[in-house]
Amino acid sequence: MTDKLCPDFAAAVADIPDGATIGFAGFGMPGTPFNLIAALAEHRARDLTLVANTTGGAQLPRMPDIGMLVERGKVRKVICAFTAATRASDVLPFTKYYETGEVAAELVPQGTLAERLRAAGAGIPAFYTPTGVGTELAEGRETRVIDGREYLLEYALKLDYAFLRARRADETGNLQFHRSQRNFNPVMATAARTALVEVEDPILPAGAMDPDAVHLPGIYIHRMVRVPPPPAGLWPQKRQERAPR
Amino acid sequence: MTQGYTRQQMADRIAARFQDGWIVNLGVGIPTLCSNTDISPRHVIYHSENGVIGYGPVAVAGAEDLDLVNAGGQNVTLLAGAAVVHHADSFAIIRGGRIDVTVMGAYEVSAGGDFANWKLAGAKGGGIGGAMDLAACAQRVFIIMEHVTRAGAPRLVERCALPVTARGVVRLVATDLGLFEPLGEAFRIVELAPGIGRDAVAAATGTALLD
Repeated sequence: MTDKLCPDFAAAVADIPDGATIGFAGFGMPGTPFNLIAALAEHRARDLTLVANTTGGAQLPRMPDIGMLVERGKVRKVICAFTAATRASDVLPFTKYYETGEVAAELVPQGTLAERLRAAGAGIPAFYTPTGVGTELAEGRETRVIDGREYLLEYALKLDYAFLRARRADETGNLQFHRSQRNFNPVMATAARTALVEVEDPILPAGAMDPDAVHLPGIYIHRMVRVPPPPAGLWPQKRQERAPR
Repeated sequence: MTQGYTRQQMADRIAARFQDGWIVNLGVGIPTLCSNTDISPRHVIYHSENGVIGYGPVAVAGAEDLDLVNAGGQNVTLLAGAAVVHHADSFAIIRGGRIDVTVMGAYEVSAGGDFANWKLAGAKGGGIGGAMDLAACAQRVFIIMEHVTRAGAPRLVERCALPVTARGVVRLVATDLGLFEPLGEAFRIVELAPGIGRDAVAAATGTALLD
């Protein structure tokens, strides 16, 4: 069996080249690969295309996020469901780079983003969805009426690398997620040629995880790194409420 | 404000419409307050975009599971019978029509049932999140918002000026002034908030009203 365990986060990201497309799991704090993102921030690769639900920075305390990679000049384009915060009064660190044109962005509805990734991993090149019909996202794009309803054509979104975070893994890379940690992790992994996961609990020997209870099979996982206890390792934090404006 | 509905009362008026057994998705902000409303003996199941089905109240301080959040990032709890799925399955639930009602905030709602809630005037970007999927695919869209903007401009309008989230989907709007139903050419007044007169509502509304 190939050894998937890497000694540290820097080693796990060391071969990522300029121009790579990388997807990040995570929805809020849960399931976000903070340690791999922090390692990517120190890695030399530039001109990256990043795929994630958000660009980060909407919640406090701020953790390693796409905004940090943008600030370091590593990012060409972001594909995400938010380029601005849900609350219009919150300003994301990423937003000013986008508005000045330093970084490109493709804004995608969250369910369409998840399905484009799922499709990429499932060998489906494109699909029709009702989401976005009649909005400015559909302007100039292919639509089709099926059974009397209009649908918008969306293409699969393939990744070179996926960054994941899981509660448990065995040495073959079988993963289990805890609670809402699961979120985008499985679809990012299946859409990617190479999937990297940061693992919270000690790596289990093969056979120790009930096959019926595997959330993502190890065939999708290529590299694993244990998250050290804090402060060396980064862990989800309790959300701080923003001061009222 | 001494007249009209408070934020919680707007949420209460919407939650009063939830039927037993509904699967409900609540947006960030005032819609979240619907989960505070006592609707017993009816029970609904709360779904959030990150794949949590059957979440309960916000966790008490010190007992949070930091790996469990709702769509607004609050550390919530799970009720007995809860389940967790991944993001693609969560949106299959949405696109597959299993959500009985989605309750969202909005900047504008038109008499034709269009609404706008993802992009401000003149902005280059925005925050779509799961709003377009929910709006296009939930069985019903209910909106909760203030009746006018901070500058006093109507939010119930003949036609949305802002980029829309979806067209022709809104069933019911709760504002601080009452409950309103988009009927195509006008909004029907379903109820007025206590102390609110029809003339005050008409003056604060950008399109025709029906009684």
